[in-house]
Amino acid sequence: MKLNELTIHELQDKLRRIEVSAVDIVSSVFDRIDAVEGKVHAYIALMKEEAYEQAARADEDIKQGHIKELTGIPIALKDILCTKGFRTTCASHVLHNYIPPYDATVIEKLKQAGAVFTGKTNMDEFAMGSSTETSYFGVTKNPWALERIPGGSSGGSAAAVAADECIASIGSDTGGSIRQPAALCGVVGMKPTYGRVSRFGLIAFASSLDQLGPFTKDVEDCAIMMNVMAGYDPKDSTSVPMDVPDYRSFIDRGIDAWTVGIPKEYFIEGIDAEVMTAMQETIKLVEKAGARCVEISLPHTDYCVAVYYIIAPAEASSNLARYDGVKYGYRSSKCRDLLEMYKKTRSEGFGAEVKRRIMIGTYALSSGYYDAYYKKASQVRALIKRDFDQAFTKCDVILAPTTPTPAFKIGEKTDNPLQMYLSDIFTISTNLAGIPGVSVPCGFAGKGLPIGAQFLAGHFEEGKLIQIASVLEKTAHLKSRRPNL
Amino acid sequence: MEYEPVIGLEVHAQLLTASKIFCGCSTEFGAIPNSHTCPVCLGMPGVLPVLNKKVVEYALKMALATHCTINETSNFARKNYFYPDLPKGYQISQYAQPLAEHGKVEIEVNGGKKVIGITRIHMEEDAGKLIHDEYNPASYVDLNRAGVPLIEIVSEPDIRSAEEAGAYLKRLHEILVYMEICDGNMEEGSFRCDANISLRPKWETAFGTRTELKNMNSFRNIQRALEYEIKRQRYVLENGGSVAQETRLWDDAQGVTNPMRGKEEAHDYRYFPDPDLVSLTVDELWLEEIKRSLPELPLKKRERFVRDYQIPAYDAGVLTSSRALADYFEAVAKLSGKPKAASNWVMVDILKFLNDDKREIKDCPILPESLAQLITLIDAGAISGKMAKDVIVEMYETGKSPKAIIEEKGMVQIADEETLKKVISSVIGANPQQLSQFLAGKDKLFGYFVGQVMKATQGKANPQLVNELLKKMLAET
Ligand SMILES: [Zn+2]
Repeated sequence: MKLNELTIHELQDKLRRIEVSAVDIVSSVFDRIDAVEGKVHAYIALMKEEAYEQAARADEDIKQGHIKELTGIPIALKDILCTKGFRTTCASHVLHNYIPPYDATVIEKLKQAGAVFTGKTNMDEFAMGSSTETSYFGVTKNPWALERIPGGSSGGSAAAVAADECIASIGSDTGGSIRQPAALCGVVGMKPTYGRVSRFGLIAFASSLDQLGPFTKDVEDCAIMMNVMAGYDPKDSTSVPMDVPDYRSFIDRGIDAWTVGIPKEYFIEGIDAEVMTAMQETIKLVEKAGARCVEISLPHTDYCVAVYYIIAPAEASSNLARYDGVKYGYRSSKCRDLLEMYKKTRSEGFGAEVKRRIMIGTYALSSGYYDAYYKKASQVRALIKRDFDQAFTKCDVILAPTTPTPAFKIGEKTDNPLQMYLSDIFTISTNLAGIPGVSVPCGFAGKGLPIGAQFLAGHFEEGKLIQIASVLEKTAHLKSRRPNL
Repeated sequence: MEYEPVIGLEVHAQLLTASKIFCGCSTEFGAIPNSHTCPVCLGMPGVLPVLNKKVVEYALKMALATHCTINETSNFARKNYFYPDLPKGYQISQYAQPLAEHGKVEIEVNGGKKVIGITRIHMEEDAGKLIHDEYNPASYVDLNRAGVPLIEIVSEPDIRSAEEAGAYLKRLHEILVYMEICDGNMEEGSFRCDANISLRPKWETAFGTRTELKNMNSFRNIQRALEYEIKRQRYVLENGGSVAQETRLWDDAQGVTNPMRGKEEAHDYRYFPDPDLVSLTVDELWLEEIKRSLPELPLKKRERFVRDYQIPAYDAGVLTSSRALADYFEAVAKLSGKPKAASNWVMVDILKFLNDDKREIKDCPILPESLAQLITLIDAGAISGKMAKDVIVEMYETGKSPKAIIEEKGMVQIADEETLKKVISSVIGANPQQLSQFLAGKDKLFGYFVGQVMKATQGKANPQLVNELLKKMLAET
């Protein structure tokens, strides 16, 4: 196997034993990028020069005997994370020239852990989308089937891991933007509990839903990444001052005598038959490992999409107000007055989907509509959260499909926003409730397209997710399959 | 028809914290544009606000001083609108659940007392400011002020005249400055006021249509604007018209209010809870601690001065006009044990010196200890009141203690009887003509002798003693 195909823990073993150098690893990653990036287009920008410098420094550290959690590991960053001195676009024209003067907290943490950054990955513009098709910088292709979407919004980060164009990557998940592309690209993706990972430096889409998380090649790597990323940050008032357990310690603990909840509202007609089959196989594997599967109910599931598409656009309409051409980013030229500058800058700077959501959100917050939309949605959101609280009194974790179908074709849903929104139907509730979720590969459709299973747990129970995901990974034997690029 | 004005005021007071409300930047006024900024107050993508606890503490002080009910939990909201001085495109403020509500302050008008209700006090961030280029068609944005903490104090519509409005504002101003949570500088915008005003027939209980007045940057302008607006609305109503609900700007030069252009005021701010900030819970122990730290407020202090120091209400008013002045007076009163004399010296001399030099009491070169010493010296007869007037000028100019000055200049009063007797007999001996006239009944010449004695002693003689001895010695002649 080539170095770029290995996991974090495999590479760290090799680095420790001085079998390879960090520069060897980063070279193999950039060789791979040179070979396949033209087909996949996972990245918006590469950080090659920086990566080699970081790798050289990692080798120095290793020589000195300092090897940290991510020393010498090439990691790709969703272009929604602010990187000091390096252009950060959020895949939008409006930020096409924006260079942040500061690092996101997660970037600082990764740097401190010795990581090597490969580049900024493609995404839906401002993370608004489920297919990475709304990016100002073009579409990312699914490495398993280049005519298909990789999922979104963190499609570039998922594709980069699946195509071995990095070892692990960071994404953000507002309504499924990590788990959905992880499922469609056949990798592990975790959305942590809201408040577990600092949002400082994560360009906001919907502040009460956004959360950063890792894409990895296996569950152990997911635990390693979480060990680095999680923790209280005084710069983020919504991050929670709570101790972070060693997530790696949950690997291989087994799930004997666990109760796994199967929400009946998630196993409905309209789910792709192959996804359904893969789910049934997963339930069998989980039971074989010693867990008991019980049917549970999340009665407000039907309202999730509606609630989400009020709350997320409402927050977005406010969060994106700062892109006005005054301070940074794109500014339309030749404007006669202030109002025209605002209008032209925002009309020309944002893509259609972003504008659609800004308008929906503005409408939902308008006087006379606030109570009927935003306020009502917030009330229903509380009920959705309560559904989960009640469910977790009956089970340890919940198991559900991550997506209703495997990856769809590029362009298939771009003309039908509602169809596109429904592809997030199983992932949205997690964000509304603020609970953690992980998507793990659980099978393949006939066309060789990956299928993901999603585990959900109570607040701050990421450890449980690692525990059960590692069991499924061991028993499903899917890890060795790679896309044929 | 007799109309009654109904006025409510919205005061914005900048809090005197060292750093801004949601970031660590300095709040200092007048710095180089954009030098007190960071990614947070510049509204860079990805930044998050973190509430400055000092801001909450200061806001709570004002809430307690105005007898508000403190809400155990309050929330921040976003007020959305576009303007270049507002970097995020929204202002973080408090909306549905403010920090404090249902307060009151007492004012004095025409010798009577009146209570004005306070609807709410909430915290928010200030915006930056635009600088328009006089020579080019360009505007520049200075975001030093963006994120400076404000409290908004909203009154009930309890105010019935421009005069009451003035008294209410002065009271709020005084309390804020007293507690040292706002510098009260109206020119720099640390204390700003908008007014809502409507008129209604005297017997009517329902409110009339109101206008909102802005752009008044002094107590005087606020009163003038309200007086103008009362007249204007009355004129409209008396001529059968109706008052339009609108925002009007005070034009200081013309002395009138004009409607703001319609486009600028039709705002829907789309308030919603700010998801970047958690609910604010005010801890009871902390609140108790703040309560204990509150200084004595001016009204209380005034009453106490009248009662304890037996000084007139007017004097007490002047002496408590600032906390520093009150502290100064009290120190002098206590150290000298002569509050009445302390009050006189502070009111007459100290305030005149400071006024002439446009100085603040904190910069007064005469320390309370020195002034108390001067009062003690006069009281002990060591110097005369007249000499003291010269000494205090010297004290103000040099900062020296009265004792040092008196010694230096040899100004010590001659109060020794034998010495004075000698001087007096030589004066009597040197003026035989005046003596015979005096003895012949020209009593007025007594003053002449006093003057001669004072002259001979270069004014250092104790005047009382001179009087006494002179009377006795002339009678013996
Ligand atoms: Zn700042």
